[in-house]
Amino acid sequence: MNEPVLDIVGLAVDLGGREVLSEVDLRLRPGELVGLIGPNGAGKTTLLRTALGLIPPRRGTVAVHGRTAKQAQGSVGYVPQRHEFAWDFPISVAKAVATGRTHLTGLLGRRTEQDRTAVDAAITRVGMDDLRTRPVGELSGGQRQRVLVARALALQPRLLLLDEPFTGIDAPTQELLSGLLTELRDEGVAVLMTTHDLAAATTLCSRLCLLNRTVVADGEPAALADTDIWLRTFGLDRAEQLLRSLGVSR
Amino acid sequence: MNAVVDLLAGPWEYDFWRRALLVALLSGLVCGVVGTHVVLRGMAFIGDAVAHAVFPGIATAFVLGSNLVIGGAVAGVVTALLIAVVAQNRRLKEDSVIGIFFAAAFGLGIVILSAAPGYGGSLESFLFGSILGISDGDVVSVAVIGAILLLATGVLNGRLVAATLDREQARAVGLPVFWLDLALYVMVTLAIVISLQAVGNVLVLALLVTPAAAARLLTDRLGVMMLLAPVIGAGGSVLGLYLSYAFDLAAGGLIVLSLTGIFVLCWLFAPRHGLLRRTRRSQSTSDGLHGALVEVKS
Repeated sequence: MNEPVLDIVGLAVDLGGREVLSEVDLRLRPGELVGLIGPNGAGKTTLLRTALGLIPPRRGTVAVHGRTAKQAQGSVGYVPQRHEFAWDFPISVAKAVATGRTHLTGLLGRRTEQDRTAVDAAITRVGMDDLRTRPVGELSGGQRQRVLVARALALQPRLLLLDEPFTGIDAPTQELLSGLLTELRDEGVAVLMTTHDLAAATTLCSRLCLLNRTVVADGEPAALADTDIWLRTFGLDRAEQLLRSLGVSR
Repeated sequence: MNAVVDLLAGPWEYDFWRRALLVALLSGLVCGVVGTHVVLRGMAFIGDAVAHAVFPGIATAFVLGSNLVIGGAVAGVVTALLIAVVAQNRRLKEDSVIGIFFAAAFGLGIVILSAAPGYGGSLESFLFGSILGISDGDVVSVAVIGAILLLATGVLNGRLVAATLDREQARAVGLPVFWLDLALYVMVTLAIVISLQAVGNVLVLALLVTPAAAARLLTDRLGVMMLLAPVIGAGGSVLGLYLSYAFDLAAGGLIVLSLTGIFVLCWLFAPRHGLLRRTRRSQSTSDGLHGALVEVKS
């Protein structure tokens, strides 16, 4: 039961001939909610994409449910950054959420009862029941984020990866999302999310992983009070600002 | 009244007219469906490139006396592949690569065609269409390929939508995005090839883009758009053909102008996104604001 859902060992990744990640170890067990924190360009998105099998590792291994990332494709829930999605596409909320299961449908795209149930449940979980038929182009930023989360949940994943889910969303959505991620954690889903919102991450996550090209620190938020760790992750200026926001003084 | 009946029924006694009407109808229908994906992906420029790229293939087939449709399809697919490969070089943006290749393909087509006797006449019919000179064999090719295309769209629709909507997520769940792109390019190529005889190489883009764009203005639902676009495409093509009969003017040009007319009407009068509706809405908003201000003052 407590087998790791995501097991990254000694990972190194190159992008365009430049080493972006090296010696990364990260393990997620069922029911863990882990925040991936680090400055811009630290390799957070690259780490998620590697876990999804979108980038081949140069060294090291990525195991998802004991299989390679490539083999596990299609079972992992993924919430990419909002700008990846073509919001001007003429499609309703419900249909957009259903595209999360397109790869499971037959060639003619026929949806089964199971597809419909999963999609309906996902829409309900993000509180979008009354907006099911709304074209996605007419949604606010927070509502759009909910659509992306619902699309990932429609897969009923045991591993959920989110890229900056808290960036640029309204307070109600922030609250809903925090509650939802906590629920998922309690149901035994392993959740890994990148975020810039350190305060939210500290209260929400059971573990924080500080990343800057490699894992600088990994542990419960309370155990990461050592200012040195933050300095190494973010550099002097930014670290001081962050620590102040957390109420930690040097 | 009689004049209208004459106009509508008159041309039916001619075989060439019946063939032309059938091809116009089918081209409009198929291009409307395939064009929906072109418009939603924002790949109109690629459509233009493919339209030019099929030209050397058609010219070669014409010179060799073989099937024009097959020749055009081969050239279109080869060019699409070349573009995909050369665009891997990150120093050049894809649009530059496309620009280079479609101009080159067009140049090659003209050179090949100039080797054939009667160069001027055949060039003109390729560039501007010759819908009244279509053979029975052509009609059969158009019908068969059109049917295959509609079937392919039906089969691939869900996956194409997922890939257009969010490539990153589509890749992440393991959808074969590259192959879907390629399939769409091939489908665009075939739709263009079967429509070339109706409107010609230069104007075929209108058949692909205009009906789908007009349909997009009328609806926010993909399913409705995929029904409206072929209806507009087929309707506009048939209208253009009748106008050509009535006024004895170039059919290809009138088909395109009819489609453009429909697009302009949609742009002006579309229920939610039309110009008039938007103007009226912004007026009523400013009225509302004004009203509110007056209330605050008093």
